[in-house]
Amino acid sequence: MHQEPSGTERAQDPSPAENGPPVARRVMLSVLGAGAAALAAAPLLRRGWDGLLGAAAQNDPTGLTGLLPGTDGFRYFSVAGSVPRRTAADYRLEIGGLVERPQTYTLDALRALPQTRVVGEARCTDGWRVQDVPFSGVLLSHLLDLAGVRAEGRAVRFTCFDGVYSESLTLEQARRADVLVALDMLDAPVTHDHGGPVRLYVAPMYFYKSAKWLSGISVTDKVVPGYWEEYGYAIDGWLDPSA
Amino acid sequence: MPSTAGSTPRPDGPLPRFSWAERLVHRVTAGLLLLCAGTAACLYLPPLAQLVGRRHLMVVVHEWSGLLLPVPVLLGLTSRVFRADLRRLNRFAPYDRQWLRAVRRGTPGPRPAGKFNAGQKLYAGWIAGAVPIMLATGLLMWFTGLLPVIPRASALFVHDLTALAIAIVVLGHLRLAYRDPEARRGMRTGVVTRAWAKRNHPQWVEELTHVREDRR
Repeated sequence: MHQEPSGTERAQDPSPAENGPPVARRVMLSVLGAGAAALAAAPLLRRGWDGLLGAAAQNDPTGLTGLLPGTDGFRYFSVAGSVPRRTAADYRLEIGGLVERPQTYTLDALRALPQTRVVGEARCTDGWRVQDVPFSGVLLSHLLDLAGVRAEGRAVRFTCFDGVYSESLTLEQARRADVLVALDMLDAPVTHDHGGPVRLYVAPMYFYKSAKWLSGISVTDKVVPGYWEEYGYAIDGWLDPSA
Repeated sequence: MPSTAGSTPRPDGPLPRFSWAERLVHRVTAGLLLLCAGTAACLYLPPLAQLVGRRHLMVVVHEWSGLLLPVPVLLGLTSRVFRADLRRLNRFAPYDRQWLRAVRRGTPGPRPAGKFNAGQKLYAGWIAGAVPIMLATGLLMWFTGLLPVIPRASALFVHDLTALAIAIVVLGHLRLAYRDPEARRGMRTGVVTRAWAKRNHPQWVEELTHVREDRR
């Protein structure tokens, strides 16, 4: 380096003038301190920040507030590169595996079955949550009854027409009264981005259990871990009701 | 350092500014940051998330590029030149306060600065604090059992807000680099022209001149 020729002393002491206070180190330590404080105060700060964002989003024709990190509201997640679109014309739900009567439903056939409405929470492991989201559709237990689960059936595996995603529930979980094959979300047909035309809704669990773009339901003799479960997510994604 | 070490600045010739090691540290850090921020955008911004999908791949690249981000700087610490420049970045000189005042008042014309101006010093300190925050909150989300007292949502919140701040500050860094081709050339080739240095880092040029006179 250029100041080295005059000796190592200069390398240690680059410029007599630049011997003042270590401002950069102080800035670094302040930033670290602020980060730690924010971590401790996050539960409080989050509420204020979401309130602020909510208020700003009301008067935001540009939609730019959508880019700010809020913890309210849905976010789009997909594990596949692209997801084909399915409509009433080409959508099919196949129910098979360890059942007496394998079934294939069209969207209209699902609509013709008794509909149930469940209002619940959508909470993602990535921090966002939306409360009081109405879903309606056919109870999974009803579809299983129509197909007739054989005695050796213990669990249910779900597959999706994105070609990649899969999920699982035990038979007991699948028979709960708050587990739906949802056709409507937010009181309108489930949109493509939300996993339409048909998605699962498992109200008591984290939202990754509510598989989008549902196309197959298969009864199995044991739980087959789903997509994220293979990467270490809990197989039972129960929500902590106190949180 | 083969490119610059031992070269004596001539009165009119180019000035050696960054060593080979420093430029490598900068380049690798920039690459890792781009990967880390790019995959973050694909995970986070709805239009990009819809376009790209492949969530698991994005997560893996994001996690590893983030984890490796401080490594080039830590390896750089083995270089004496790099350590000397870190020391320059750390310490304020009296003229650094003048530089800040001139910026605040929008005074035109050359502002006093050593090898690094006060803005660069503040930027270095700030980013040196922000990256460990990202690392710590990222690890808290990655290994949820690490510190059960801290809720995952809190780590996520701090990670998101710090990311937003880093995005703004780094965009500022890129904008300043974009507007100054000669500064970019300094980081790319290691040398700058004397005229540029006199304009932007007058005290540094003065100091180099003294070094040369000392040797006579």
